[in-house]
Parts: sequence; C-alpha cells; structure tokens
Amino acid sequence: MTSLKDILSPFTAWKNVILEPVTIKDPINDRPGAARYRGFHKNDITKCIGCGTCEDICENEAIDMVPVEGIETKDGDSGLRPKIDYGRCCWCALCVDVCTTNSLSMSNEYKWIDTDPDNFRFIPGVDKKSWDDNEAGWKKPEPNYEFYGLKRAEMGELHPEERDHSFIEFIKGYSKQQAQEEADRCVECGICTATCPAHMGIPDYIRAIRNDDIEEGLRVLYETNPLPEICGRICTHKCESVCSIGHKGEPLSIRWLKRYIADQVESEHYKKILETENLVKNGKKVAIIGAGPSGLSAAYYLSLLGYECTIFEKLPEAGGMMRYGIPEYRLPYDQIDKDINYILSLGVEIRYNVNIGSDITLDQLHLDYDAVFAGTGLHLGRSTRIDGSDHENVYQSIELLRKITLGEEIHVAEKIVVIGGGNVAMDITRSLARLQKIKYGKVQTLATSLETEDKMPADREEVVEAREEGAIIDPGWAPQSIEIVDGKVKGLHVTQCLSLFDATGAFNPQCNLDNKKFFEADMVVESIGQGMDLGYISENIKDNLTMGPRGRIQVDKYFQTSLPWLFLGGDIIQGPDVIHGIANGHQAARGIDNYLNAKG
Amino acid sequence: MMKNSIFNISPDRSKYPEKDAEGNLMVDLDSQKYVKLWQGPQHPGVTGNMSLELTISGDEIIQAKTHVGYLHRGFEKLMERRKYIQCFPTCIRMCVAEPDYNEYNLAAGIEELSGIEVPEMAQWLRTLVLEMARLQSLLRVVPGQGGTFALGLGVQWGVYLRDLILDLFEELTGGRVYHMYILPGGVRGLLPDGFKKRMEETLKKIDEFVVNIDNLMFSNAVFKQRAKDVGIIQPEWIDQFGIVGPNARSAGFMRDVRKDYPYLVYDQLDFEPMTMNYSDIYNRARLRWHDLIMTVDLIRQIMAKIPETGDIKAPTPNVLHWKIPRNETYIRSESSRGEYGFYMVSDGTDKPRRINLRGPSYVHAISLLEHMLINANIADTAAIMVSLQTCPPEIER
Ligand code: SF4
Ligand code: SF4
Ligand code: SF4
Repeated sequence: MTSLKDILSPFTAWKNVILEPVTIKDPINDRPGAARYRGFHKNDITKCIGCGTCEDICENEAIDMVPVEGIETKDGDSGLRPKIDYGRCCWCALCVDVCTTNSLSMSNEYKWIDTDPDNFRFIPGVDKKSWDDNEAGWKKPEPNYEFYGLKRAEMGELHPEERDHSFIEFIKGYSKQQAQEEADRCVECGICTATCPAHMGIPDYIRAIRNDDIEEGLRVLYETNPLPEICGRICTHKCESVCSIGHKGEPLSIRWLKRYIADQVESEHYKKILETENLVKNGKKVAIIGAGPSGLSAAYYLSLLGYECTIFEKLPEAGGMMRYGIPEYRLPYDQIDKDINYILSLGVEIRYNVNIGSDITLDQLHLDYDAVFAGTGLHLGRSTRIDGSDHENVYQSIELLRKITLGEEIHVAEKIVVIGGGNVAMDITRSLARLQKIKYGKVQTLATSLETEDKMPADREEVVEAREEGAIIDPGWAPQSIEIVDGKVKGLHVTQCLSLFDATGAFNPQCNLDNKKFFEADMVVESIGQGMDLGYISENIKDNLTMGPRGRIQVDKYFQTSLPWLFLGGDIIQGPDVIHGIANGHQAARGIDNYLNAKG
Repeated sequence: MMKNSIFNISPDRSKYPEKDAEGNLMVDLDSQKYVKLWQGPQHPGVTGNMSLELTISGDEIIQAKTHVGYLHRGFEKLMERRKYIQCFPTCIRMCVAEPDYNEYNLAAGIEELSGIEVPEMAQWLRTLVLEMARLQSLLRVVPGQGGTFALGLGVQWGVYLRDLILDLFEELTGGRVYHMYILPGGVRGLLPDGFKKRMEETLKKIDEFVVNIDNLMFSNAVFKQRAKDVGIIQPEWIDQFGIVGPNARSAGFMRDVRKDYPYLVYDQLDFEPMTMNYSDIYNRARLRWHDLIMTVDLIRQIMAKIPETGDIKAPTPNVLHWKIPRNETYIRSESSRGEYGFYMVSDGTDKPRRINLRGPSYVHAISLLEHMLINANIADTAAIMVSLQTCPPEIER
C-alpha cells in the first residue's frame, strides 16, 4: 500500500535548488585534458626516421607516410613523415606505443574548430599547431612496456679462453628458436634495405625465418647476394647500424639471421631451391679478373643470364680478400668454399695462378671475350713512412694475413704493436694474439690508432672481442717513430692525436706533442689501409680511360668505363668491403648484359 | 495482468485476440481491432538504435517483434581482417556503454591462446577498470529506470556522477569512453599520482547519490505504482531463455561470472552479489541499486589492496606479426548486464579466424523482451526494456 513516506520522500530532491550547477561553461572555463589524454598527435620530426611503423599498425589507415620539404632521404631515414587523417583516427594511440623512436606522442588537446575539413589532415610536427608544446598528453608507457623485443636473442660464442689460442670459428650461429626469437623483433620497415649497398630484401628474409620457410629465405638472399655464408659472417652490416629497433633497443642481428638461413641449407639442395638446374647459355663469353666478391658476384648473375664466365685469379684459391684478408676464426674456409662452389656449379670456370699482364694481357682478353669485368681489390699494404718503418721487423698487416692463409710461417715476436683502428687492424691484432698465445702462452699485442675509441672505424664487437682475447687496444695516438737500437725494433713513439681532419675536411692530423707515450715492442705491424695495383692495365688502355677523383678510374652507374667492353668494380671503385663488391658485381652484370644486348 | 491499486484503470482484454485451434494468435489487421505501432528506432524510450514492432489492441500489446539492423557495423567480420592488436580499437565499439569488457575478453583470449601470464599489478588494474566500467554504467541505468516513467531528475544526477568517473578513466587510461587500456600482456599505465584520493572523493559523492536516489525513486509512490508487479521474469524462463546477470539474480538464480568462474583478482575480494526471488521492474532496479553499492565497495577494496607498483605488461611477441596457433576458447567476464563472452577461434595466422560475442542483450532484448511485452501496456514498453538493461550495439556488432 502507498505510505505517506513514499509520497513525501521524493520532495527531498528540492534541496538541490541551493546547490551550485556543475556544468562547465566552455570555452569560458577551459578544461584541459588529463595528463595522459589521447588528443591530437605531436611528432618530433628530427627524431622520427620515417620508418612507417605507425602507419602499419593503424587499423583505420589514418596515417600516410609523405615526403616533407627540408627532410632529406638518407641512411637511416626514409625522409617521409606521418600525415594523420582525423576523419579516420580513433585516438587509440597504438601508433604512439609502436613508434620505433618514441618521436610520436599525443597532446592533451581535444578541441579544434575549423571550417575547412581538409585542415583535419596534417603532418604533426611539420604543420605547426597550438598544442605542439603541450607537455601533457599520451606518451608510450614506461618502463617495460614494449610492443616488440628490444634485446637481441643471445648468440652462442666460444668463451675467450677457448678461442684465444685457436682459429676455430667462435660465433656458433643461431638455433631455430634463437633465430625466430630474433626475427620476431623486426617491424618490417625496410630502413635497412635502403642502406644496404646490395639493397638486400632484409625484412623479406627475416619474415621467411619467422615463417620457418628457409627455402624462401635462401631465394630472397640470392636475389641480391650470392655469398650469403660469407656475408652472414663478416659483412660490415651497415643495415644494423640504421635498424629502426636500434633507436630504443638493440638493432636486429641481421647478419646472423642471414647466416642462419644459409647454414640451414645443404649445398646439394641449392640448385633445386634456386631453380638454377637448367640454365640456358646465350653463347656469349665474359672474362672476369679476380675471384673476390665483386668478380664472383658478377660471374653468378651473368651465369643466370646465360653468359659463359671465366675468372682469372692470381692466387691459388678463390675468394680474394675474403680468404686472404679475413682470419679463419671469423670466416672458416669451408664456408667460403660452400658459397664459391655453388657459383662454380653453374658453369663458371676459374683459372688459378694467372697473372693478368704477364701471363695473359688485358688486350688479349678483350679479343677473346665479349666483355671484361675487373674486380682486383686492394692488395698492397700502405706504410706510415715514419722513421724506422723500413725495418725488416715492421710488417704490413695485409701481407701477414695472406701468409697465414697460405700456411706460410710468419714472424711472431713476444711483444707486438699494431698501428691502425680498422677491421683489418683488428683482424691482424687478434690473429697475432692467437699466435702469441700458441707460441708463448701469453698475449702481448697492442693496437693503437689515430682515432679515439668512439671514432674507431672497426666494428665495436671486434674491439670488445680483441680485448676479451687479451689484446690491448689503446686508441687516440699518432705514431711518430719506431725506435731501433742495435738494429733491433724497441718500440713505437706516439703523441696524443687531437683531430684527424682540418676545417676543410682534409686529412690532416693534429697532435698534442706534450702528451707522449712509448709502446714497447720488438715487432710493429702497419695496418692503415691498402692500395690498389692496376699494373695489369696496359698503357695504351689506360690512355683511353677517363679518370675520376682520387686517382680512381671513372665508371658509370653500371660500372662501365669509358671503354665500353671494360667494367670495373669492388674495392678499386667503392668500399672497401665485401658487400659493396657484391653489389658492384651485380650491377656490372646488368650493365654488361645491357651493353652486349645493345651490341647484338 | 490485474493490479490491486486505485491507479489501475485497464480493463481485462485477455479475450483479444482470439486463438486458433493450435493456440496461435489470430490477428487480422483489417478487422479494425488491432493497430501496428513502431516504437523506435528514434524514440526516447529506446536504448540505442533498435525498434519494436508492436501489434496493439487498445493500449495492450498482443505481439512484439524486435527489429535490429540500424546499427550493424560488422565488427566481428572486420576483426577477421585485422591483426590481433588492431582488433582492440574495433572490439571496444561492440558495447559503447561498457567497452572495457571487450578489451578484457579479447586480451584474455589472446593471452590464453598464446600462453601468456599477466603480471599481478596489471591484474589489479584490470579488475579496477572493469569495476569502474560497471559503476559508470549503473550510474546511468539505475536512475534511468526512473527516466522511463518521466522521472528525469535522477538521470541528471547519475549523468553528472558518471562524468566524474569518466574523469578518472581519462586520468588513468587517456580516454573517457573508449579506454584502450587493456592490451594483450597487461595494461597501459599505473595509477596516476593522487588517483586514489580523487577516486575516494568521487565515491563519497556516489554514497550520497545512493541515498538520494533511494528517496527519489525507490521511496516514491508513483515509481512504485508503475514499477511493481510489471514486467515479471518467471524463474522457469532463466535457463529456457539463457537469462544472465541481474535479470537472473532478481529471479532467484545466482548467476555471476565473478563468483562462478573467478578471474583476475576477484577471488581476493569480498563481495556477495544479491539475489531476489521476485523479478519485477521495481526489484530489478533495486537489485541494480544494490549492485551499485557493491561496486563502490569493491572499488574501495581494490584501492586498499592494489600493490603500489609493479610490472604492467608481460613481454609479448611483436604485435605486428603475432601469430596464434590453431585453437579455440571461450572467455567470459561479468558485465553490469551479466555474462559477457567471446568465443574465439585462431587459425595459426596473425588474424583471428572468428570472434563471436555472446552478449546478454541478444537474449534479453530479442527473445525475452518479445515474450515479456505480450499483454503489457504500451506505456510500460520502455520501462520493461530498460529494466532488462538491453544494449543494441552489443546485439548488432
Ligand atoms: S591514434 Fe590510432 S587511429 Fe589514430 S593514427 Fe594512431 S593508430 Fe591510427
Ligand atoms: S613509427 Fe615513429 S619514427 Fe617511425 S615513422 Fe612513425 S613517428 Fe616516425
Ligand atoms: S631489420 Fe630493422 S631496419 Fe630492417 S626492416 Fe627489420 S626493423 Fe626495419
């Protein structure tokens, strides 16, 4: 039954007439969004690298990557920036959380009135907005909140004590689980591909690893690189230095992933997987000088096009600097052979121990073949030319490395100083350290370079590993003289190096002569770069070649010289490194094909 | 339905319409005895875009048909074309009023299928947002029942307080309505500084609201007259129709996923969902009012017990190519309307093969409502519908 209370109690609501209204009078009373509010985007465009990962994750396709005036495409930066369409955006902020550089964030601004709908599509950070300086707004949550792994999958290595007295390969290679874990971290942005000299399809082969489709992975590798076992071990991996993931975490181990694919496939399956069982010959012949990376690469891609290739090699085995410059603990000979044997199996012929110039002339090759490619590399050592550098116990690293490969006995002193801070310097340092360990049971090798530690051209891991193996690396010193007493090397005098280049950018080291050091040694190795020997190019040919800057012969983008039948590539043109050589060889193969097709 | 009240002026119309030998209604629209009336899709008494096709005789409903199709966005299908992470902004839109249960179900499903353990801190924060979602929903629904009888004042109060909860959502998650807070592996942030204090201030205001709404609505002769003994859910219908949540509890059936299949940290919280044994509009509203009190209490318990800090997210595979092996699962959570479930099928790719929502409104707004409206007075249509707490976006996803 209806009670009196039920009639009266609703009237208690009248007490509300004395309360303050709660409605906000906007815009008279502004109400800013909360500190984490997901409002209009902001982008620090100097930090953004245009990787497009934000575009990838956006489920509404609200983001387009567009070119921006004043931002250049360069290594590690696509030059594009995200443009956001607020007719599509749902303010989920997944783009912010996934951003590889943390450049993208959101302001706490949620109000914006405009009569032109097109204005609601803009490039945050480029098109200036009133909220660009808002501190508040959504940022990627910290810490331990990531949409992908920032740490590398662990790579098995021989312990320094196991490896410091042996030339056994010390990087063990990824297991399937490690490789897939590592491959999972890739965001498929392709920033690496743009930087790789050979423009390898890196995100594609990494995807193949994730899908456990090794055959597809191998096909992707061979599209641009016929030496994957080699590159998978010793490539200078410029790709890794620009990898998007490297901005917040450790870059992908792209090189080891490449090696993982090649390691999984037995040689006998290559032809089937790569569909090279029935190559059709086109009846044309190409001579290639030097069985280094560029020559082998040219031979491989020319063979695919039907050319008959003959490589002329000065040394008893193929591989060039890869075999005679890089120590075995980094690149075992059987792996070099695996890559090369596959190329040879396509019908490529190598004539060993042939010196062009003396055994057969370049002019003769011109007569016998339709085109010639030369990738002869940098095999001459360079000297510092300081006092004492002509002593017999002062060596060139490149010669020592070659002798080690050839199995020749080399002089290994008890105390050694290496001059140089590049990868070759590290190779000789670590090789000599091993030989000292074997011979004397202890390591007394020291390497010094003009560059300070942060500017050393050698890969970081080379420096770290050299130290692990007992070598001392003491960078930042300029060699002054080698002290010789009673006809014996006593050591190296150095002074502190302040800078390498002058204001014009020319190489002109400046030293602090008050800060000196003396490195005791009875043997000195110079490793400050290599020179080329173009002696095989006869004078009459040379006269017809156009020269480019720094004494190099000029070539076009297909590595064709001013003599249309002669193509040059590899370290004598670009680099020095293996991957440039491979890229040059590939491009030259295209150039030779174009040239010979046009010639008919 | 006869009522023993001075306000009851409805004559007994139970002889209309006549039935044939099999008991089917014989509705001849040309007989001039019946009228077809559409309530909705644009109608203040309809929750969302849904419509009821009513056949009435006088002011009594003799047939009712629920029509949907005004809100279909194909979300379930869209999710089949999206990577798992991209399904989150889509799934939340399947229930506008309480998006968080979608986030939770989808994340929990992905985690179960991928074998991912969610850190404890994130479990507490997830529980918190799910209860906040319930709270803001009940703040509309409880006074909303008064609104169906033109008692709009409580709705104003509720909307205000709901906005204060949305303020807290905004602080915690960065969004007011679509929170995007629960993602696979965890959540997207710790409690901001001072959050607990502001939460308590708001909860105190809700304590007052609880008393005020009691005086305004539940001790209100008009509301009682309109809401009591109307829209009854018979206990035998519960399993017959698949009725869940408050609608089932008011009819004497303890149905609450938080108790029946505990998830997150509910087993560490002290609460006893109410049951009643007579389910009319009044009692269902009253039960939701009790739920509101219980939710406030649960949030206070969470605020007291939640760890100070901790990991908010477990490491997951890269969200851009997260593949889930072939499998299936059914994930459920208790929304303010009852069991809210996702049936999920994965096929080894980076996109779901199927995500099917089993929401309470599908039953409550279609089969149950159509049944309950027969012989109801057209003036009670909106009240009955709201008392079932139907949510069209969740029917049509
Ligand atoms: S906030 Fe969400 S919808 Fe908007 S651009 Fe970013 S990812 Fe796309
Ligand atoms: S993800 Fe970040 S760094 Fe990459 S393009 Fe987008 S905003 Fe720039
Ligand atoms: S390896 Fe790094 S740079 Fe290359 S696609 Fe993957 S994430 Fe991008």
